[in-house]
Formats: sequence, structure tokens, C-alpha cells
Amino acid sequence: MQLEIVTPDKKIFEGQVTEATFPGANGSFQVLQNHAAIVSALAKGVVAYSGPAGKASMVVDGGVVEVKDNKIVLLVEKVLS
Amino acid sequence: MANLKEVKERINSVVSTQQITKAMKMVAAAKLRRAQDKITQMRPYSQKLTGILNNVTASSEGETDVIYAQKREVTRVLLVPVTSDKGLCGAFNSNVLKATKALLAEYATLDVHIMPLGKKAYDAFRRGPHTVIDTFYTVFSDVSFENVNRAASFAMESFVNENFDKVIIVYNQFKNVATQEVMAEQFLPMEQLASEDTKAVETDYILEPSREYIIEELVPAALKIQFFKTVLESNASEHGARMTAMDKATENAGELLKDLRLMYNRSRQAAITNEILEIVAGANALESK
Repeated sequence: MQLEIVTPDKKIFEGQVTEATFPGANGSFQVLQNHAAIVSALAKGVVAYSGPAGKASMVVDGGVVEVKDNKIVLLVEKVLS
Repeated sequence: MANLKEVKERINSVVSTQQITKAMKMVAAAKLRRAQDKITQMRPYSQKLTGILNNVTASSEGETDVIYAQKREVTRVLLVPVTSDKGLCGAFNSNVLKATKALLAEYATLDVHIMPLGKKAYDAFRRGPHTVIDTFYTVFSDVSFENVNRAASFAMESFVNENFDKVIIVYNQFKNVATQEVMAEQFLPMEQLASEDTKAVETDYILEPSREYIIEELVPAALKIQFFKTVLESNASEHGARMTAMDKATENAGELLKDLRLMYNRSRQAAITNEILEIVAGANALESK
């Protein structure tokens, strides 16, 4: 899947991932290949993803994620670490 | 004929002025590039955000009430003039101030507060008579989303708390490097949620936790990014305006120098001619004795 992480100041990540976990407002959830289209608001928490390039994670302070046709777009205002 | 030494001194002073304006022009050009880069970097976020917002609102039936779009009877207005921190950029600042004053005249009967962004706007309004919110006028020392956001959040919070019924931003819109256009844009209440003419790609989204929650989250985010965009545009416009102003100044200094050099050479020649005349006349007088 294609994952894009964007903040107003810059694009933080763009690349292929096999799995991504997001801190949804109602609890953490994982997105795998062929996930149904979803728009979810995020709470403060850890975003983690892994792909061919390895694993990575970051703490975000809320945001919104859209998954559609194996494309994930994550919009966050601020990455805490 | 003008005094030779005087003219020479003037030439020197114009030359150094020209060097300064030339340097400022180059600095402004570099800063303009950086400011434009910032706009380009912000664009993906803003586009994706409006995209999602459009998708979510398009697949919803019926209107959703958003607190930021609430229209109330206007009695208290917040004006946000966006200028630069420094001068020497042509009519950039005075245009904004003029437009702001026109709005002040228009709202003379209402309770108007001013939240200047940029030192020039602060200097223009700090002596009153309107109440000035002076917490944010230094935003241009660090044009990052986080920093600009503080001003945006303040405006949005005071709108929600009904401290203001209307928020208007006056700023220079970036047309291209050489042109800026002063705009007075209504920031709050928002005019419309999202553009209606979207093709409404009806995807059946799962909405987590709920549509209302997402809209409530997205709308302020969209407003903040709109505010941020305004500040970035004004920032780019400032450097564009300064670049053109300094280019003109360099050009004018060049013209002035041309005239001065002509004058200098003329008076130098005149002085030489005079001297020769005197010597010849003196020699003639001696000979004819």
C-alpha cells in the first residue's frame, strides 16, 4: 500500500508499507492490504508502520486518516516525536 | 557650474545607496524563493484536507451544523491586518493599512478590535482608538504552522465564545512576483463548508467514530490551514514587493548616477578650459609687453 504522511509544514513520509497502525479516536486500529475505504479521526497516540524499508513510528497529536483503494493519506498538524 | 568636490561626494553617496538596494533586492529574491517553497509544501496538506472534507460532506444527507459557520447579528468585529515587520517594500504595507482604515470607517458604529500581524500594522494601530490585541504581531519572526496557529486558534476561540461575531483578514494576495492584490477576506463565520461543485466521488466510507465527529475535527483544521495560507501568501507577497521596490530603486540610482557623472565631467572640463584660458591670457599679456 501507498502511505503518505503530511503536515502543513512538510511531507513527512511517502512510500510503500505493508501494515500501518493508527490511534483512532475510538481506539487503535490496523490497516492492511485491501482495507475498506475509511475516514477516521485520530486521537493523540502512536502511528506505526512497516514496509520494505523497515519499521517506523511517531507520536501524533490528533489528525485524520483516509484509506481508499490501498492508498493511505494521514494528515496531522503536528508530529510530537 | 557645480562645485567639483560636491558632485564627487554626491556620486559616492549614490553609489553606496545603489549597492545597498542591490543587495536588498538579492536578499529579497532568496527569501521570496523560500516563502514560495513554504506555500508549495503546505499545498498537499491543504488539498488532501479539502478533498476528504468534500468527500465526507458530499456523502452526507442534509446540512450539518457547524459552529464556525454560525451567523449572528454583527456587533463586535475582529480585524486582522497582515503586514510585514520591515519597510522598504513599496506600497505593500500602506495598501493594507488603507484597506483596514476603510473597513474601520465602514464599521464605525460597531465595536471593532484589531489583531495586527506584523510590526508595521501594530505600529499603525497601537495608539488606538481601537482595542489592539498585541499578542501575535510578531508571527513573522517564525512563519511555521505551529506559530501561526496560535493566532488562528485565538480568533476561532473568541468567535466560538461569542467575543466576536465576525473576523476579517486584510492581506496582500500573492498574484505573482511583481503583483500583489489587497484582499479583505471574511474568515469567520465561514462562508461555505466546502465547494459544492465537486464531482462527489461517492465512495462508501466507513466513518470513524462518526460523521459529525469527523466534520467537527476537520472544519477547524481547514480553517487553520486557510489562516496559515493567508499568512504565507502575505509573506511571499512582502518579499516580492520588496524585490520590485529595490529593483526600481537600483534602476533610479543608476539613472541619477548617469546624470551626476555627466555633470561631474562637464564641470571638470569647464574648470580645465578656464585654467587654460587664464594661462594663455597671462602668456599673451607678457608677450605683448
